[in-house]
Amino acid sequence: MYFERFDPAKGQMLQVLDQDGRVAEDLRPDLTDQRIRELYERLSVMRLADQTALSLQREGRMGTYAPFYGQEAAQASAAFLGPSDWLVPSYRETGALFMRGLPLALLYRYWMGDERGMLFPEGTRVLPVEIVVGAQPLHAVGLSWGMMLQGDPGAAVAYFGDGASSQGDVHEAMNFAGVFRTPTVFVCQNNQFAISLPRSGQTAAANIALRAAGYGFPGILVDGNDLLAVAGAMTEALAAARAGSGPRLIEMLTYRFGPHTTSDDPTKYRTASDVEAHKPFDPLLRLRRYLGGRGLWSEQEERLILARARAEVEEAVRAAEAMPPAPPSDIFDYTCRTAPPSLERQKDELDAFLKGEAGRGAAEAGGRASRPGSGKPSAGRG
Amino acid sequence: MVGAINLALDQEMARDQRIMILGEDVGLEGGVFRVTDGLQRKYGPRRVVDTPLAESAIVGVSLGLAVAGMLPVPEIQFEGFLYLALDQLCNQLGRYRTRSRGRFGLGVVLRVPWGGGIHAPELHSESPEAVLVHTPGLTVVAPSNPYDAKGLLASALRLGEPVVFCEPKRLYRAVKDEVPEGDYTVPIGRARVAREGKDLTIVAWGAMVREALRAAEELQAMGFAAEVVDLRTLAPMDSAAVVDSVRKTGRLLIAHEAPRTMGLGAEIAARVGEEALTSLLAPIERVTGFDAVMPLSQLEGHYLPDYRRIVAGARKTLAA
Ligand SMILES: Cc1ncc(C[n+]2csc(CCOP(=O)(O)OP(=O)(O)O)c2C)c(N)n1
Repeated sequence: MYFERFDPAKGQMLQVLDQDGRVAEDLRPDLTDQRIRELYERLSVMRLADQTALSLQREGRMGTYAPFYGQEAAQASAAFLGPSDWLVPSYRETGALFMRGLPLALLYRYWMGDERGMLFPEGTRVLPVEIVVGAQPLHAVGLSWGMMLQGDPGAAVAYFGDGASSQGDVHEAMNFAGVFRTPTVFVCQNNQFAISLPRSGQTAAANIALRAAGYGFPGILVDGNDLLAVAGAMTEALAAARAGSGPRLIEMLTYRFGPHTTSDDPTKYRTASDVEAHKPFDPLLRLRRYLGGRGLWSEQEERLILARARAEVEEAVRAAEAMPPAPPSDIFDYTCRTAPPSLERQKDELDAFLKGEAGRGAAEAGGRASRPGSGKPSAGRG
Repeated sequence: MVGAINLALDQEMARDQRIMILGEDVGLEGGVFRVTDGLQRKYGPRRVVDTPLAESAIVGVSLGLAVAGMLPVPEIQFEGFLYLALDQLCNQLGRYRTRSRGRFGLGVVLRVPWGGGIHAPELHSESPEAVLVHTPGLTVVAPSNPYDAKGLLASALRLGEPVVFCEPKRLYRAVKDEVPEGDYTVPIGRARVAREGKDLTIVAWGAMVREALRAAEELQAMGFAAEVVDLRTLAPMDSAAVVDSVRKTGRLLIAHEAPRTMGLGAEIAARVGEEALTSLLAPIERVTGFDAVMPLSQLEGHYLPDYRRIVAGARKTLAA
């Protein structure tokens, strides 16, 4: 019903829960208050997990990290995927991956600069984090196409940003999806910035959702800070895709409160008051108002929620930091199924070199620091 | 080095009205590494342009802009994303002079931060120079210090050919040498002997030159005089400079960050084999990245060759 009622070409946007937590009953998705309350609690953990990653980075305990503060409701769209659906993320989907049930400790480990964080539990229908902006929607199309050909009942959900919508690959992905009627759901999280470039610099079109029409399938613009709108559109899109009625595009309009990544200095391109102006649209705030109005949330309960969140996040940090470092051989072991002799030789060379250095280090006891690559890095803001 | 490149862009933009900078975050933000900082303020948003996020488009429209008589200086934000523009760069820009039978030799200077060493996410630390050097029609430049960066960029902008300018990102803020304010150029296609020596030739470029020089210091302490040849331009390569040095020293070590197999070291070794085989006293040594994916920050230091691995490699050739 949502896709039919809201036409992005007319500038219509689906909103179920307004800023004050008032609900449009006729648009309400099939979610009980109890479920909304549960989701609110997961969003709180998600937010704390994100803030914690930022502080860890500042303390030098985490590498470059892409925060999603402000985008929690859009990230929570991943909660509506079924067990047979695939999640195909970009690098900003830590919240979505968390909602999908991936261990936070693993995700932290990845952002600590250890690729073993991408080894998801067997059976998890999630592809690895994609760094190349706009590459993964094509993978989602192929994946869902293959599922369709093999009678697999699920859909694949591709997450990407407003900036990514400018990439040729994203256009090509939607075009293929339209032509082959693949069970793909395209989720464009429009957080209004691609690093420094505002959305208006990406496309002259009024919104991104209206592009779906050009590919021959339905698109919808939703208030991405409204969990109920996100839930409604996502559930409908997934059901349609699984039922064989082809792809859907959902543009979730949200706002990135934090920096692009921990290397970014947002004051270069927007002021603190620009950000403040968006704070009243905080996705958690309106859920609190909604739940509060139904007696399902109070300040006192919030303290309990936060205490539980803190325990959960602290445990994840502890587990991530307790992982022993990856051995140098990890560099080589996944290049191909069977390493060619030349690669085996390189692995042995590194091993011999490190052993030699360790010997030398011991001999020079107290000599210069020998930690490789420990020079002060220059600041990259990618 | 950031300042030197910024100064070169600034001075050349003032000299040549045709120059325009385009890319992701190059304008308002001044680039993610601040290389183009202040240039949009000075030259306006028509000459320093924040484009939509699309690498293939950035390079493809640069070709058209050059045909129209502009001198585009596109930026690709990180070398890992150059791959998205390879059709426009290799099949289009590199071939345009040939395809148009010499009518369109296109001045386009593509700037790209290069290489590892800054503990960045995946695909922000690569060294794909071999792909470019392998492509006919592209000039490829890789400065190792601020002085050369400014002079080489000025030359590139006056060349009237497609140039890829590889900026070793770990030197952006690590090396702060003063560069002359005034106008000067460093010739494209000419290597530089960064340190003289008689026992061994070390060939390097970009960030590896610093490691090679440090290795030469260590070797000096062990009683060996290493000569360091900084290629500066990778295509066309100044093989004469390498061959001359090897004729003198009889030993060759090549250091690069890129994977070993089919890295530029292979080409350099082949040229020395062709022209100076009889001068060699020992097998050629390559100290390089591995034929594996560049790892994330925790293992990055094990992947990237550093002065210690160069010293170890040098001792091997010197002992042979
Ligand atoms: C192909 C490619 N080009 C450039 C980059 C550098 N980069 C990383 S994120 C980003 C902006 C992406 O913006 P958007 O798609 O809106 O997603 P957001 O980061 O806002 O979630 C850029 C330019 C990249 N990772 N991949």
